[in-house]
Amino acid sequence: MSQSKFGDYGGQYVPEALMPAIEELTDAYERYVLENEDGFMDEFRERLRDFGGRPTPLQRADQLSERYDREVYLKREDLVHGGAHKLNNALGQVLLARYMGKERIIAETGAGQHGTATAMAAAHLDVPCEVYMGRRDINRQRPNVFRMRINGAEVNPVDIGRGTLKEAISETMRDWATTVETTHYVIGSVVGPAPFPAMVRDFQSVISEEARRQCEEKFGDLPGAVLACAGGGSNTMGAFANFLDDEEVDLYAVEAGGSSLEVDEEEGIAPHSASLSTGDEGVLHGARTKLLQDSHGQIMESHSVSSGLDYSGVGPELAYLVDEGRVTPVNVDDDAALEAFHRLSQDEGIIPALETAHAFGFLEKVAGPDADGGVELPGTVVVNVSGRGDKDLESVIEETDQRQLDNAPTMEVFDG
Amino acid sequence: MSGEDDQRESSENASGAERPASLEDAFDEPAFVPYLAAGDPDFESSLEYVEALARGGADVIELGLPFSEPIAEGPTIQQAVVRSLEGGMTPERFFEFVEALDVDVPLVCMTYYNLIYQFGEDGDPPVRPFVERAAEVGIEGFVVPDLPAEEADLLREACDEHGLDLVFIVAPTTTGERLDRIMSQVTGYVYVQARLGVTGARSDVSDQTTESLARLEAYDVPKAVGFGISSGEQAADVVAAGADGVIVGSALVDVVADGHEEGRPVEETADRLESLARELKEGALAGAQRRPRPEGT
Repeated sequence: MSQSKFGDYGGQYVPEALMPAIEELTDAYERYVLENEDGFMDEFRERLRDFGGRPTPLQRADQLSERYDREVYLKREDLVHGGAHKLNNALGQVLLARYMGKERIIAETGAGQHGTATAMAAAHLDVPCEVYMGRRDINRQRPNVFRMRINGAEVNPVDIGRGTLKEAISETMRDWATTVETTHYVIGSVVGPAPFPAMVRDFQSVISEEARRQCEEKFGDLPGAVLACAGGGSNTMGAFANFLDDEEVDLYAVEAGGSSLEVDEEEGIAPHSASLSTGDEGVLHGARTKLLQDSHGQIMESHSVSSGLDYSGVGPELAYLVDEGRVTPVNVDDDAALEAFHRLSQDEGIIPALETAHAFGFLEKVAGPDADGGVELPGTVVVNVSGRGDKDLESVIEETDQRQLDNAPTMEVFDG
Repeated sequence: MSGEDDQRESSENASGAERPASLEDAFDEPAFVPYLAAGDPDFESSLEYVEALARGGADVIELGLPFSEPIAEGPTIQQAVVRSLEGGMTPERFFEFVEALDVDVPLVCMTYYNLIYQFGEDGDPPVRPFVERAAEVGIEGFVVPDLPAEEADLLREACDEHGLDLVFIVAPTTTGERLDRIMSQVTGYVYVQARLGVTGARSDVSDQTTESLARLEAYDVPKAVGFGISSGEQAADVVAAGADGVIVGSALVDVVADGHEEGRPVEETADRLESLARELKEGALAGAQRRPRPEGT
């Protein structure tokens, strides 16, 4: 299903120099991805299996099921090669770039997972790769920066603005405008101009395709709800895509509530990244979607303890699905995400990415011992574990140290 | 291109300056079209700078309304955007800026789509309040780098309603059907992007410029070439290659940035801008002399 618009959202708002490349990409997406020309999708699936380690398991979380008094299943995207769902899309796009005859790959990254996945896919498929990353994110995510370098990618720091994902995307678009004839821009989420949102969703929809089949195998039914964290929204759309037509399955997109949902309009800073829950319609990075912006239309800086969710926009399809009432946007704050990070690590032996921890923070908020009663979750819930948390350990140490968290390990040992 | 030109009235701004009511008329002779970000580095200095460009011979002035995510701009203009925003520039302040300007040159607003889309009170239809306010202060047209012809219907309609021009950019990569689609929508002048990439001054003139101008020859609308022009000599080369005008941004913004960083008096920076503007305008005129004469004349 090729789509450039989702209701009024989506579209192609980019400099003219990029439009021919976007038309070329649209054509390639329709032929190779949607019509499997030259066996593209067969090769993609084979590489996802052999290089990427798919299918990932759907695991029953025993401790959490007991704690929340319902069946909690985990879709283990943290077990994909590289440690996050990001490889599904990166591998698809780098392979597509090769089918299109492009000689060079560029990408932007926030938490570094997309950059890492792209660097791995590019090394695997032998295409030169450069990654743009905000200076602040480089400092927050050093292990991933190193992993990109190990895989042979150049990492270009972006010093403009606050040095997070928003600035990295702008900078990558500038590179693309200069090198568009030979270069493919691997956008890391379901954002950007069409066909990126639909194409990235299609590459990520393997998550819900497997989850749906695994649910039927394990308990002979569909889950009552699917929970996934949402920054740009790629793991969210991947986890939701094959359940969209099943109205009985509730879909929750869990955003970063940051430190507060209040906004400092004067400073142009939103201390959260909840664009689905609080954003207004506007145009950013090639698409019409929900954005964090001030009353003049200037884009606000966002915030999250998780650099992977720290983005002022969100995928246009998610914005549309929220307006349609199909997806429910919710959010949890930094503290709840950190608590959930420690809980999952201790109770299930899974160290989740801080992004993922937001989804578990929501589970605790609505089904835990101190549930606020705002949402009644059904009896079977699938949570998408979008990635593993190794990359976040430095941030977690620092952030945990600044807080009183009941369930955190003592931090003294880290002082040496 | 625009039959509405005849019906338009010339606009008079708060300072009493009369501005010609047609962008196309500004291209009767090879035109010099400078760009500055309004409010860079502050409101008052920026007024002086824009007026200096007019004194230096500007035929049309592109005034940037800064957006926080200028994805089509290189580092020079991006920094100008940051300075202007930090100086408190907003869309309404931009309109006040235009009202306060004392120039008799047509003005084009160059900005990104989100600012146009968001302007006005909640509940206002998108795009229209912005166009209405722009027309009110005497803006003659728009350049919107992130709005391709495919998404431009709303703005096109509002511009038609208020008699404003909508300038589109043609890139070296624009060919075939896309070129026709753009050229069927463009009014005022077409902004010919001299080379791939983002804005920024460069030292040579690209072959891509010549190819682009050749592709556009058949279309009856003024062709203004921008991206990378920084000297009178380059302006002459571009006009000699067939352009009806030259657009110069980064080289002028560099003068502003330099004055700001070096702490120069505003008058001195304004003089430098006027002098560079004169060089560029003279270059454009000189380029016309070098053009091959059309056959039969």
